[in-house]
Amino acid sequence: MQLESLYQEIILDHYKHPHGRGLRDADDPAAHTAEAHHVNPTCGDEVTVRVATDGSVLTDISYDGMGCSISQASASVLHELLSGRGAGEAFVVHEAFVELMSGRGQVTPDEDVLGDGVAFAGVARYPARVKCALLPWMAFKDAAARAGVGVSPEVKA
Amino acid sequence: MTSIAIPSGMPQYDDVPRYDVAAVRADFPILDREINGHPLVYLDSANTSHKPRQVLDVLAEHYARHNANVSRSVHTLGTEATEAYEGARAKIAAFINAPSPDEVVFTKNSTEAINIVAYAFSNASLRPDADPRFRLGPGDEVVISEMEHHSNIVPWQLLCERTGATLRWFPVTDSGRLDESGLEDLVTERTKIVSLVHMSNILGTVNATARITERVRQVGALLLLDCSQSVPHLPMDVVDYDADFIVFTGHKMCGPTGIGVLWGRAELLAAMPPVFGGGSMIETVQMAGSTYAPPPARFEAGTPPIAEAVALGAAVDYLSGIGMKAIQWHEKELTAYALDALATVPGLRIFGPTVPVGRGGTISFALGDVHPHDVGQVLDSLGVQVRVGHHCARPVCTRFGVPATTRASFYLYTTTEEIDALVAGLEQVRKVFG
Repeated sequence: MQLESLYQEIILDHYKHPHGRGLRDADDPAAHTAEAHHVNPTCGDEVTVRVATDGSVLTDISYDGMGCSISQASASVLHELLSGRGAGEAFVVHEAFVELMSGRGQVTPDEDVLGDGVAFAGVARYPARVKCALLPWMAFKDAAARAGVGVSPEVKA
Repeated sequence: MTSIAIPSGMPQYDDVPRYDVAAVRADFPILDREINGHPLVYLDSANTSHKPRQVLDVLAEHYARHNANVSRSVHTLGTEATEAYEGARAKIAAFINAPSPDEVVFTKNSTEAINIVAYAFSNASLRPDADPRFRLGPGDEVVISEMEHHSNIVPWQLLCERTGATLRWFPVTDSGRLDESGLEDLVTERTKIVSLVHMSNILGTVNATARITERVRQVGALLLLDCSQSVPHLPMDVVDYDADFIVFTGHKMCGPTGIGVLWGRAELLAAMPPVFGGGSMIETVQMAGSTYAPPPARFEAGTPPIAEAVALGAAVDYLSGIGMKAIQWHEKELTAYALDALATVPGLRIFGPTVPVGRGGTISFALGDVHPHDVGQVLDSLGVQVRVGHHCARPVCTRFGVPATTRASFYLYTTTEEIDALVAGLEQVRKVFG
């Protein structure tokens, strides 16, 4: 088992220098904001993801949490990929990330869609760590639904 | 470890029973495995222990030669299976110095054993004619501690929810010991049962129970000791410990999964209402109502894990053959070695006692800010198997302000070389995450 395939440089970099960390209030007081707190009961990792939206664009995704390098780097990548994106686009990325993580290493990620998220391809080969990578993404999905931008039609089906 | 000269006439180091660890390791087939290109270094025996060939052979032999249901057949195989099952019960009774094999109830694991006691309380509380020691209601109290495994917390929380009783607990000190300073206020005439871990699965602390037992007797409460982590590692004598119930599980003591033990004083088991209803636990059944078998059968409804019980008997034979005192001493030396070795790792913080006294061979720690998941993953890449997480003892993690810990735990087959491999692996972790 090659440790480097799990701990890609990109993941360690996001872990050591997280992007957009810390829960923020929305700049626009009219924005809808909502958050979701998810825990991984097997290890105690926690993350809170807050989504601010004007109804169509995810104006900010902020987060806080404590956990392993994989879960914390994943939250940083989530922030970078989805903040400022339209809700529809964001859910395409969300779906691609979930598919990658559920693929047991058999899915080839599309860098145009997933950006730094492709670094998590190796994580999918470690079943014990898939939950770590998905933790912020599942919290995001809940937070977005609470902020009224719900799940995309494909995911709803 | 440094030795100091002990005055003559006192017990000497050489008086301690010892065994050949290399010979013991040869009994465990799995220890030959390689993990990720490295020799297996298994430091997770507090989670589950490995099984020696002697146990695996008995398990296979039972199914191959003696398989039949127990306690109901007149045929030869049925008799053999029953004798093997009841023989295992007698072996386990002798192992913990129980006055009678009938005080040994086979369960699935420690969790089920604790739940049986909790539900016996619950069921007794619904019956006006039940033994008052098991009747619980508002104003009554159940006492546990902050260092319990979830299996010795949640069943009591649920019991208190069902009955209106109040759950209270002993705190834990900064050094990971049980804080007994409030004993008199905590254990009172309102207390019906104190259910306490004997050895913490996360801190490694072995609790001294004498003062608590004395107080429990003073107030007329019952005492349950969760011995899941102690019975596998040290000599247990239920008479000497003066407990009312102890629980432990087979898979942590060289036995198979799916088999555990509830030991209870005969007269207490006899006073307890049944929990699971079904075959084997009855005296007579009529459509209008049933009467129940005496213990232990009363608490063993349905076909039990027969082969597993027989194999647990073999595990007990195996451990007794080496000697529990010798195993205890081996682990004490390993623990002293490990505490010294881990102290050389920069940024490492141990949760629990940092001296090899009043503790067993289970050591939890943090390595700087590196998350335990990451510690465990790097160690695994080097063949070193440790547990990471909250170890089903989340209140302990909360107490020490961490979401999780890394835990190394030892057993009779663990060597100092394996502890060296752990320490070397932690250097590698520091390189990756430094």
